[in-house]
Amino acid sequence: MKVQIHISLKPGVLDPQGRAIHHSLEGLGFTGVNDVRAGRLIELDVADGMSDGQLDEMCQKLLANMVIENYRIEKLENA
Amino acid sequence: MAFRSAVITFPGSNCDRDMAVALENVSGTAPIRVWHGDAALPDGLDFIALPGGFSYGDYLRSGAMAARSPIMQAVVEAAGRGVPVLGVCNGFQVLTEAQLLPGALMRNAGQTFICREVALIVENDSSIFTGGYRKGQTIRIPVAHHDGNYFASDDVLDRLEGEGQVAFRYAEKCNGSRRDIAGVLNEQGNVLGMMPHPERAVETIHNGTDGRALFENAIKGLVAA
Repeated sequence: MKVQIHISLKPGVLDPQGRAIHHSLEGLGFTGVNDVRAGRLIELDVADGMSDGQLDEMCQKLLANMVIENYRIEKLENA
Repeated sequence: MAFRSAVITFPGSNCDRDMAVALENVSGTAPIRVWHGDAALPDGLDFIALPGGFSYGDYLRSGAMAARSPIMQAVVEAAGRGVPVLGVCNGFQVLTEAQLLPGALMRNAGQTFICREVALIVENDSSIFTGGYRKGQTIRIPVAHHDGNYFASDDVLDRLEGEGQVAFRYAEKCNGSRRDIAGVLNEQGNVLGMMPHPERAVETIHNGTDGRALFENAIKGLVAA
Protein backbone atom coordinates (compact mmCIF):
# COMPACT_ATOMS: atom_id res chain seq x y z
CA MET A 1 0.00 0.00 0.00
CA LYS A 2 1.21 3.49 -0.90
CA VAL A 3 0.83 6.16 1.75
CA GLN A 4 1.49 9.85 1.33
CA ILE A 5 2.46 11.90 4.36
CA HIS A 6 1.83 15.60 3.85
CA ILE A 7 3.86 17.72 6.23
CA SER A 8 3.13 21.41 6.61
CA LEU A 9 4.17 24.16 8.96
CA LYS A 10 1.69 24.91 11.71
CA PRO A 11 -0.36 28.07 11.27
CA GLY A 12 1.43 30.98 12.86
CA VAL A 13 4.91 29.55 12.27
CA LEU A 14 6.79 31.92 9.99
CA ASP A 15 7.78 30.25 6.71
CA PRO A 16 10.82 32.00 5.21
CA GLN A 17 10.92 29.54 2.32
CA GLY A 18 7.29 30.16 1.43
CA ARG A 19 7.89 33.88 1.59
CA ALA A 20 10.87 33.61 -0.78
CA ILE A 21 8.81 31.51 -3.24
CA HIS A 22 6.02 34.09 -3.02
CA HIS A 23 8.47 36.85 -3.78
CA SER A 24 9.83 34.95 -6.80
CA LEU A 25 6.33 34.32 -8.17
CA GLU A 26 5.65 38.04 -7.97
CA GLY A 27 8.97 38.69 -9.66
CA LEU A 28 7.83 36.48 -12.56
CA GLY A 29 4.76 38.66 -12.93
CA PHE A 30 2.18 36.37 -11.29
CA THR A 31 -0.23 38.62 -9.46
CA GLY A 32 -3.04 37.64 -7.12
CA VAL A 33 -1.04 35.16 -5.00
CA ASN A 34 -2.01 36.03 -1.43
CA ASP A 35 0.32 33.69 0.46
CA VAL A 36 2.67 30.74 -0.05
CA ARG A 37 3.43 28.01 2.48
CA ALA A 38 5.97 25.34 1.60
CA GLY A 39 5.75 21.82 3.00
CA ARG A 40 7.08 18.36 2.37
CA LEU A 41 5.64 15.19 0.85
CA ILE A 42 6.91 11.80 1.96
CA GLU A 43 5.73 8.68 0.14
CA LEU A 44 5.82 5.37 1.92
CA ASP A 45 5.26 1.93 0.50
CA VAL A 46 4.06 -0.12 3.46
CA ALA A 47 2.70 -3.58 4.23
CA ASP A 48 -1.03 -3.81 3.64
CA GLY A 49 -1.80 -4.48 7.27
CA MET A 50 -0.10 -1.32 8.52
CA SER A 51 -2.33 0.28 11.16
CA ASP A 52 -3.24 3.94 11.42
CA GLY A 53 -1.67 3.90 14.86
CA GLN A 54 1.68 2.80 13.46
CA LEU A 55 1.58 5.49 10.77
CA ASP A 56 0.74 8.11 13.38
CA GLU A 57 3.63 6.96 15.51
CA MET A 58 6.05 7.21 12.54
CA CYS A 59 4.91 10.77 11.92
CA GLN A 60 5.18 11.81 15.54
CA LYS A 61 8.50 10.11 16.26
CA LEU A 62 10.37 11.10 13.12
CA LEU A 63 8.64 12.32 9.99
CA ALA A 64 7.19 15.52 11.47
CA ASN A 65 8.54 17.80 14.17
CA MET A 66 5.45 18.39 16.25
CA VAL A 67 6.82 21.68 17.62
CA ILE A 68 6.50 23.37 14.24
CA GLU A 69 4.76 20.98 11.85
CA ASN A 70 1.42 19.26 11.24
CA TYR A 71 1.00 16.10 9.22
CA ARG A 72 -1.80 14.51 7.23
CA ILE A 73 -1.82 10.84 6.23
CA GLU A 74 -3.33 9.91 2.89
CA LYS A 75 -3.65 6.27 1.89
CA LEU A 76 -3.61 5.62 -1.84
CA GLU A 77 -5.53 2.36 -1.85
CA ASN A 78 -5.19 1.58 -5.54
CA ALA A 79 -1.62 2.67 -6.04
CA MET B 1 41.15 13.53 38.95
CA ALA B 2 41.45 14.30 35.26
CA PHE B 3 38.52 15.86 33.47
CA ARG B 4 36.78 13.16 31.44
CA SER B 5 34.83 14.40 28.45
CA ALA B 6 33.47 12.98 25.21
CA VAL B 7 32.84 14.53 21.80
CA ILE B 8 30.25 12.71 19.68
CA THR B 9 30.87 12.50 15.94
CA PHE B 10 27.96 11.94 13.56
CA PRO B 11 28.38 11.35 9.82
CA GLY B 12 28.64 14.94 8.57
CA SER B 13 29.84 16.52 11.81
CA ASN B 14 32.57 19.01 10.95
CA CYS B 15 33.29 20.89 14.17
CA ASP B 16 34.05 17.79 16.25
CA ARG B 17 37.79 18.35 15.99
CA ASP B 18 37.45 22.05 16.92
CA MET B 19 35.41 21.04 19.95
CA ALA B 20 37.97 18.41 20.97
CA VAL B 21 40.86 20.87 20.58
CA ALA B 22 39.04 23.48 22.67
CA LEU B 23 38.25 20.99 25.44
CA GLU B 24 41.83 19.76 25.52
CA ASN B 25 43.21 23.29 25.42
CA VAL B 26 41.17 24.38 28.42
CA SER B 27 41.18 21.18 30.50
CA GLY B 28 44.59 19.73 29.63
CA THR B 29 43.01 16.35 28.85
CA ALA B 30 41.97 15.19 25.39
CA PRO B 31 38.31 14.19 25.17
CA ILE B 32 37.28 10.67 24.19
CA ARG B 33 35.94 10.58 20.64
CA VAL B 34 32.66 8.68 20.34
CA TRP B 35 31.02 7.55 17.08
CA HIS B 36 27.26 7.94 16.47
CA GLY B 37 26.79 4.20 15.97
CA ASP B 38 28.24 3.31 19.37
CA ALA B 39 25.58 1.96 21.68
CA ALA B 40 27.17 3.15 24.92
CA LEU B 41 29.16 6.09 26.24
CA PRO B 42 32.45 5.60 28.10
CA ASP B 43 31.95 5.28 31.87
CA GLY B 44 32.31 8.15 34.29
CA LEU B 45 32.00 11.07 31.88
CA ASP B 46 32.08 14.60 33.32
CA PHE B 47 31.01 16.34 30.14
CA ILE B 48 29.49 15.47 26.73
CA ALA B 49 29.72 17.71 23.67
CA LEU B 50 27.64 17.47 20.50
CA PRO B 51 29.51 19.40 17.80
CA GLY B 52 28.47 21.50 14.83
CA GLY B 53 28.21 20.32 11.26
CA PHE B 54 25.64 18.85 8.94
CA SER B 55 24.87 15.45 10.40
CA TYR B 56 23.28 13.15 7.82
CA GLY B 57 23.39 16.02 5.33
CA ASP B 58 20.55 17.76 7.19
CA TYR B 59 18.20 15.19 5.62
CA LEU B 60 14.54 15.51 6.68
CA ARG B 61 15.33 18.32 9.19
CA SER B 62 18.63 19.51 10.67
CA GLY B 63 19.54 17.14 13.48
CA ALA B 64 16.54 14.87 12.94
CA MET B 65 18.41 11.73 11.92
CA ALA B 66 21.25 12.21 14.40
CA ALA B 67 18.75 12.58 17.25
CA ARG B 68 17.55 9.03 16.51
CA SER B 69 21.02 7.48 16.21
CA PRO B 70 22.04 4.75 18.69
CA ILE B 71 24.38 6.91 20.81
CA MET B 72 21.69 9.50 21.48
CA GLN B 73 19.77 7.13 23.73
CA ALA B 74 22.85 6.98 25.90
CA VAL B 75 23.21 10.78 25.79
CA VAL B 76 19.57 11.26 26.81
CA GLU B 77 20.08 8.85 29.67
CA ALA B 78 23.31 10.57 30.80
CA ALA B 79 21.62 13.98 30.63
CA GLY B 80 18.87 12.59 32.85
CA ARG B 81 21.50 11.59 35.42
CA GLY B 82 22.78 15.19 35.43
CA VAL B 83 25.88 14.85 33.22
CA PRO B 84 26.49 18.25 31.54
CA VAL B 85 25.71 18.14 27.81
CA LEU B 86 26.71 20.99 25.48
CA GLY B 87 25.29 21.11 21.95
CA VAL B 88 26.68 23.71 19.57
CA CYS B 89 25.05 24.61 16.26
CA ASN B 90 24.08 21.23 14.74
CA GLY B 91 24.49 19.89 18.28
CA PHE B 92 21.77 22.33 19.42
CA GLN B 93 19.54 21.14 16.57
CA VAL B 94 20.14 17.53 17.63
CA LEU B 95 19.26 18.36 21.27
CA THR B 96 15.93 19.92 20.27
CA GLU B 97 15.13 17.02 17.92
CA ALA B 98 15.96 14.60 20.75
CA GLN B 99 13.62 16.64 22.97
CA LEU B 100 16.34 17.30 25.53
CA LEU B 101 15.63 20.98 24.90
CA PRO B 102 12.31 22.64 23.99
CA GLY B 103 11.63 24.37 20.68
CA ALA B 104 12.95 23.87 17.16
CA LEU B 105 15.53 25.47 14.86
CA MET B 106 14.18 26.57 11.51
CA ARG B 107 15.67 28.04 8.33
CA ASN B 108 17.14 31.53 8.97
CA ALA B 109 14.53 34.21 8.37
CA GLY B 110 16.70 35.80 5.66
CA GLN B 111 17.12 32.40 3.93
CA THR B 112 20.90 32.84 3.78
CA PHE B 113 23.73 31.03 5.55
CA ILE B 114 25.16 33.37 8.17
CA CYS B 115 28.87 33.13 8.95
CA ARG B 116 30.26 35.95 11.08
CA GLU B 117 31.00 37.01 14.60
CA VAL B 118 27.95 38.22 16.54
CA ALA B 119 27.45 40.01 19.84
CA LEU B 120 25.55 38.03 22.47
CA ILE B 121 24.03 39.16 25.75
CA VAL B 122 24.50 36.77 28.64
CA GLU B 123 21.05 36.17 30.18
CA ASN B 124 21.89 33.49 32.73
CA ASP B 125 25.07 33.53 34.79
CA SER B 126 24.31 30.75 37.25
CA SER B 127 24.57 27.53 35.23
CA ILE B 128 27.63 25.34 34.98
CA PHE B 129 28.14 26.66 31.44
CA THR B 130 27.43 30.35 32.01
CA GLY B 131 28.69 30.91 35.56
CA GLY B 132 31.92 32.43 34.23
CA TYR B 133 30.02 35.37 32.75
CA ARG B 134 28.00 38.21 34.29
CA LYS B 135 24.30 38.60 33.52
CA GLY B 136 23.96 41.42 31.00
CA GLN B 137 27.56 41.07 29.78
CA THR B 138 28.10 41.32 26.02
CA ILE B 139 30.36 38.69 24.49
CA ARG B 140 31.41 38.09 20.90
CA ILE B 141 31.19 34.57 19.45
CA PRO B 142 31.13 33.41 15.80
CA VAL B 143 28.02 31.90 14.20
CA ALA B 144 27.96 29.73 11.06
CA HIS B 145 24.56 28.29 10.26
CA HIS B 146 21.61 28.11 7.88
CA ASP B 147 19.03 26.77 10.33
CA GLY B 148 19.41 28.81 13.51
CA ASN B 149 16.04 30.49 13.67
CA TYR B 150 14.79 29.43 17.12
CA PHE B 151 11.07 28.77 17.39
CA ALA B 152 8.93 27.87 20.36
CA SER B 153 5.34 28.74 21.28
CA ASP B 154 4.68 31.83 23.43
CA ASP B 155 3.84 29.63 26.44
CA VAL B 156 7.17 27.83 26.15
CA LEU B 157 9.10 31.07 25.61
CA ASP B 158 7.45 32.67 28.66
CA ARG B 159 8.35 29.65 30.74
CA LEU B 160 11.97 29.63 29.49
CA GLU B 161 12.36 33.31 30.35
CA GLY B 162 10.62 32.92 33.70
CA GLU B 163 12.84 30.03 34.74
CA GLY B 164 16.10 31.61 33.59
CA GLN B 165 16.54 29.01 30.85
CA VAL B 166 17.48 31.55 28.18
CA ALA B 167 21.28 31.44 28.34
CA PHE B 168 22.22 33.86 25.56
CA ARG B 169 20.41 36.34 23.35
CA TYR B 170 21.62 37.94 20.11
CA ALA B 171 22.48 41.59 20.72
CA GLU B 172 22.02 42.30 17.02
CA LYS B 173 19.79 41.13 14.16
CA CYS B 174 20.84 37.61 13.25
CA ASN B 175 18.58 34.81 12.07
CA GLY B 176 15.01 35.70 13.05
CA SER B 177 15.00 33.69 16.30
CA ARG B 178 12.00 34.38 18.47
CA ARG B 179 12.92 36.85 21.20
CA ASP B 180 16.48 36.82 19.76
CA ILE B 181 17.26 33.59 21.62
CA ALA B 182 20.72 32.20 20.82
CA GLY B 183 21.04 29.53 23.51
CA VAL B 184 18.76 27.69 25.93
CA LEU B 185 19.22 25.54 29.01
CA ASN B 186 17.06 22.63 30.11
CA GLU B 187 15.07 22.89 33.34
CA GLN B 188 17.83 21.25 35.41
CA GLY B 189 20.51 23.49 33.90
CA ASN B 190 22.81 20.64 32.82
CA VAL B 191 21.99 20.75 29.09
CA LEU B 192 22.87 23.81 27.00
CA GLY B 193 22.18 24.24 23.30
CA MET B 194 23.48 27.28 21.44
CA MET B 195 23.90 28.25 17.79
CA PRO B 196 27.09 30.36 18.25
CA HIS B 197 30.39 28.45 18.41
CA PRO B 198 32.23 29.05 21.73
CA GLU B 199 34.90 26.51 20.68
CA ARG B 200 35.93 28.94 17.94
CA ALA B 201 36.71 31.67 20.48
CA VAL B 202 39.08 29.98 22.91
CA GLU B 203 42.70 30.64 21.89
CA THR B 204 44.54 33.89 21.22
CA ILE B 205 45.01 32.88 17.56
CA HIS B 206 41.21 33.02 17.25
CA ASN B 207 39.54 36.33 16.63
CA GLY B 208 38.57 36.50 20.30
CA THR B 209 38.53 34.37 23.44
CA ASP B 210 35.05 35.08 24.81
CA GLY B 211 34.08 31.42 24.53
CA ARG B 212 36.82 30.28 26.85
CA ALA B 213 34.95 31.18 30.05
CA LEU B 214 32.19 28.73 29.13
CA PHE B 215 34.58 25.76 29.06
CA GLU B 216 36.66 27.01 31.99
CA ASN B 217 33.63 27.36 34.23
CA ALA B 218 32.25 23.95 33.30
CA ILE B 219 35.60 22.27 33.92
CA LYS B 220 36.26 24.15 37.17
CA GLY B 221 32.81 23.24 38.47
CA LEU B 222 33.31 19.59 37.64
CA VAL B 223 36.84 19.24 38.96
CA ALA B 224 35.82 20.91 42.23
CA ALA B 225 32.77 18.67 42.56
